[in-house]
Amino acid sequence: MKPSKPFKAFRAVALVLVVFSLIAPLLWMVAASFKTNVDIYDTGKAFVFTPTLDNYDTVLQRANYVQFIGNSLWVALAATVFSLILGVPAAYSMSRFNMKKSALVVLMARVIPGVSLLVPWYYVFSNLQMVGGYTVLILSHMFVSLPLIVYIMMGYFDGLPTELEEAALVDGLTHIGAFRRITLPLSVPGVATAGILSFIFSWNNFMFALVLSGADTKTLPVAIFDFVGYASIDWGGLMAAATVVTLPIMLIALFVQKYIVSGLTAGATKG
Amino acid sequence: MSAVTTPVTRSPEARTAPVESAWSRWANTHRKWLFAAPAMAFVAVLIIFPVAWTGYLSLTDAEGSVRAESEFIGFQNYLDVLSDTDRFWPAVWRTVLFTGVVLLVEVVLGMAIALLLWRPFRGEKWVRVAILLPLVATPVAVGMMWRLIFDPNIGMANQLLSWVGIGPQPWLSGQSSALPTTMFIDIWQWTPMVVLILLAGLTSLSDEPQEAALIDGASTWQRFRHVTLPLLMPTVIVAILLRGIDALKTFDILYATKGRGGGSFHEVETLNVYAYGLSFDYNDYGVSSTVLIIFFLIIIGVMWALTYRKKGLER
Repeated sequence: MKPSKPFKAFRAVALVLVVFSLIAPLLWMVAASFKTNVDIYDTGKAFVFTPTLDNYDTVLQRANYVQFIGNSLWVALAATVFSLILGVPAAYSMSRFNMKKSALVVLMARVIPGVSLLVPWYYVFSNLQMVGGYTVLILSHMFVSLPLIVYIMMGYFDGLPTELEEAALVDGLTHIGAFRRITLPLSVPGVATAGILSFIFSWNNFMFALVLSGADTKTLPVAIFDFVGYASIDWGGLMAAATVVTLPIMLIALFVQKYIVSGLTAGATKG
Repeated sequence: MSAVTTPVTRSPEARTAPVESAWSRWANTHRKWLFAAPAMAFVAVLIIFPVAWTGYLSLTDAEGSVRAESEFIGFQNYLDVLSDTDRFWPAVWRTVLFTGVVLLVEVVLGMAIALLLWRPFRGEKWVRVAILLPLVATPVAVGMMWRLIFDPNIGMANQLLSWVGIGPQPWLSGQSSALPTTMFIDIWQWTPMVVLILLAGLTSLSDEPQEAALIDGASTWQRFRHVTLPLLMPTVIVAILLRGIDALKTFDILYATKGRGGGSFHEVETLNVYAYGLSFDYNDYGVSSTVLIIFFLIIIGVMWALTYRKKGLER
């Protein structure tokens, strides 16, 4: 169906407004990260100012952010890889054997408020002297990644025809062999989708690291708060820190947009 | 087809496959649980045990240190919490209000934007990128970003208002304006999520019912109201379900904009923020567990009601 001319004009105007209101705040944040605090306080210099890299110098040199970037990367990557190892076969089984109840157990993890898990976790892990270590952070982030991966991959396997696997069985492959040599290679786009989303959600996660990380193992979302003092806020540093956290994720989003959209909308159209 | 057939000479793959060991035979017969069990065990250990513990703690007076002795006090915490009109009920009300308002706005706005994006147009790709960016941005950073924009003295929001002749607003620092402002931030960040879900739903609809309605002389609004919307309803419920769970549990932007306890007057203290504060600021584990169990029951109740409604629609 062809949209009418007036509708097209209205659509163009409306979409420009939508795009502007979504993008402008982000640009504002990036712009402020290149301003001195004096310029930020001066509303006359909202748009015209001399850009400076001082805030990034503060963030990367003095505030130890290189370490926190490393922490965030390591935790998100490890949580994603381990969740894929556990989650992809599980999703396959749940899809092929129609294990609705088992899937529900895994998906419960998405529903439960994180705080209710944190008190017991904190108790157990502090008894094991693990609070503040990477292991406990990775485990807690897997708790975010795993249900997401299982959910996305179940949808993916549901949509994959079983005929190819059956043909492989006829050709003498075992069931596990058919999964490994036929299904898995066919699932690369699904695994990529699940992996990317899992990485993003882990990178963005705040509450688990807020409680379970130590001074050296802080992830970026927790480290941002270093710039918020009780009496005053270092706005320039804060915006530079916020940019350092969000920019990598937004760049990833630009390059693998298709995967992210398909992951976020997985299962939305069929129930 | 059994898994233990000896390799026949049909594929090179099979010919080179080693003779099956006992382990491989066992693994193939039990593959269903061999595949599913590790993930389920991981989740079960990390959920069932903590939830059971939370349930137990809610019946005790655990306080101070997690290692401290605590006494079993039955349902006393529940009586205390449910009669607490100072912190608990306001937190329930804020949670309900926050979730209700953001869901309503996000679904209506999301539907409108999804309808605009439905039919292909030039520059579509760029609009989609713009829609994706708020969604993937780190919520804590988003909170900080809006904190600067809404700063009463130096923020751009008041600057914009001054250009159209409106006086400065307190935004996040006002006692009554803080909650609506955080709702605005949530709407900014998560409406794109609803757009993407609804757009996926719209794209999967077939054109025929639309064309039939057009031939019958239905107006644009009638086509939306009586053709598109009913067909899209299951997807709308999915969007409400996914967003609703997260909106009820909103924590990051509230903590980033207002800090501990939802601000000095608890202006944005929702159940999740309240429970977090009880656990980690006051170490009042018994009471916090009680709040969490009640919160959990609310979430399950809402989810159950929505899934029930969705099943009703699909029948």
